[in-house]
Amino acid sequence: MALEAIKLSQDEMLAKAKDLRKNIINMTTAAASGHPSSSLSAVEIVTGLYFGGHLRLDPENPGDPNRDRFILSKGHAVPVLYAAMAERGFFSVEETMSLRKLGSPFEGHPNLKRMPGIEASTGSLGQGLSIGVGQALGLRLDGKDSNVFVMIGDGEMGEGQVWEAIAAAAKYKLGNLIAIIDQNGYQQTGATKDVLDLTPFADKIAPFGWHTQTINGNDLGEALQALEVAASVTDRPSVIVSQTQKGFGILPILEETGDLNYHGKPLSSELAEKALAHIG
Amino acid sequence: MAIGELSGYQMGQATRDAFGDALAALGDEFPALVTVDGDVGNSTRTEPFALKYPERGFNVGIAESNMVSVAGGLAGTGKIPVVASFACFLLNNAFDQIRMSVAFPNQNVKLVGTHAGISIGEDGPSQMGIEDVSLACSMPGVVVMVPADAVTAKKATRAMVEHQGPTYLRLGRPNVPALYDDSVDFQIGKSITLKEGSDATIIANGLMVSIAADAAKLLSDEGIDVRVVDMHTVKPIDREAVVSAAKETGCIVVAEEHLHHGGLGSAVAQVVSEEHPVPMGYVNVGDCYAESGDPMGLLGKYGLTAEKIVSTVKAVKAR
Repeated sequence: MALEAIKLSQDEMLAKAKDLRKNIINMTTAAASGHPSSSLSAVEIVTGLYFGGHLRLDPENPGDPNRDRFILSKGHAVPVLYAAMAERGFFSVEETMSLRKLGSPFEGHPNLKRMPGIEASTGSLGQGLSIGVGQALGLRLDGKDSNVFVMIGDGEMGEGQVWEAIAAAAKYKLGNLIAIIDQNGYQQTGATKDVLDLTPFADKIAPFGWHTQTINGNDLGEALQALEVAASVTDRPSVIVSQTQKGFGILPILEETGDLNYHGKPLSSELAEKALAHIG
Repeated sequence: MAIGELSGYQMGQATRDAFGDALAALGDEFPALVTVDGDVGNSTRTEPFALKYPERGFNVGIAESNMVSVAGGLAGTGKIPVVASFACFLLNNAFDQIRMSVAFPNQNVKLVGTHAGISIGEDGPSQMGIEDVSLACSMPGVVVMVPADAVTAKKATRAMVEHQGPTYLRLGRPNVPALYDDSVDFQIGKSITLKEGSDATIIANGLMVSIAADAAKLLSDEGIDVRVVDMHTVKPIDREAVVSAAKETGCIVVAEEHLHHGGLGSAVAQVVSEEHPVPMGYVNVGDCYAESGDPMGLLGKYGLTAEKIVSTVKAVKAR
């Protein structure tokens, strides 16, 4: 197989998004741990990246030097990445059921040493965008047209290093770097606006010299359009502030539990069954 | 008297200067080589490389966390990034970035910390990297080198670039005696015996190798014949040389410009305790932060002297 970007129809992508959601729930419930709600908020953007014509990849040759790269800086949401990679052919969906188990390469946070196709080992928040800046610099130095996408959490924006990276990316006018802030509104102990409110993100990042867009990131159409626009910006880095809901896709089930944040815990088998039925 | 004078060595280049010259000279041979700086390239001596290859030198400003992770990203595209700052700002400030963006993913990043030890002098303790070897050695897979003079600093620079995997190169600010000529055999993990001896062994690295050579001369004047081993690689340590020293000379003194805990002394002691326990002594900064002052005055006040090594060797021998 060669390097290629897969571009499905929007209907097909909506179906993929459902598959991703189901897999996220299945693997975290099987693991009896993990971060399903943090993964679910990012499904539309990740679907757009892997199936909307953006990531040129070859699962048979994950290290192809001309590939596009996706760094999941909010590494705790790795189930969404494993789910997308499984659908993209890096491994089977069945294999992802070994999530977080001893001996499995499907670790609780991305580990590039154990899984080809993972572009950065993350889990200590704040470093992914800087790693993306380095990759974008390296790819440009080699004259490659590859893009680097980095997904950051809104709580993660509290890390000072992210702002160092924003400044550096602007200095080097990295048109091949696209950041996505998955603004799902919650972090570990509560609402991000209550813990450390750094919104509005776009108004703060634009003056550094970035192209910015703010969208409803759980609307697949908006996500796809924003990715198109961001990819067309080549004279400076671009950020998509993707306003989402943590746990999107199974919100009524989370409501039932009384915990709309539902941070860092799996659904019980019973709740998972309800959630899967709800997704349909 | 200058360091090394007693043992007959001439003053030479600082290890950071030798590194800077060597790095710039490697640029054509290694097209993947790039530098990442935190705006101290004229102090760390990455500047000659960055001036010679402007498109390959990245100064990301006073932002060490970003600097280190950017280097990790560059390595992810096949580059060989040399990321340099003062030892304290690199290892201490950006430790988690070294862990997560370099060591854990085993990226081919070359960390270079200059102005290590207390011999930087007047700028004072906030600028003195004295925990750096301990921090660097704590991370799996990181090679840690502390060359003693200009020739070995140049050879260490080539060795780190040729090595596949993360490395830390510790360099000093002041000029140091020239101990070796170009024929010296420098290999990662293989120590250099500067002087043979059978009554005791001084294992040292960095600036302390020259001071150990002076101590050996003083001891020799008293009829004590000590071996001096330049342990330029702390990790992986030359176990064979440590074991030979323990077996053949019966006691070991470790001298380094670092805190007592976690540096070369700890590394040697681990080998000795595992393989062939013998009495050991330590000459180092101790368990304290130093102060501003002239470099020679500081070395004297904090006990990094030939005299201190001499008294420590005698005490250890007597045990």
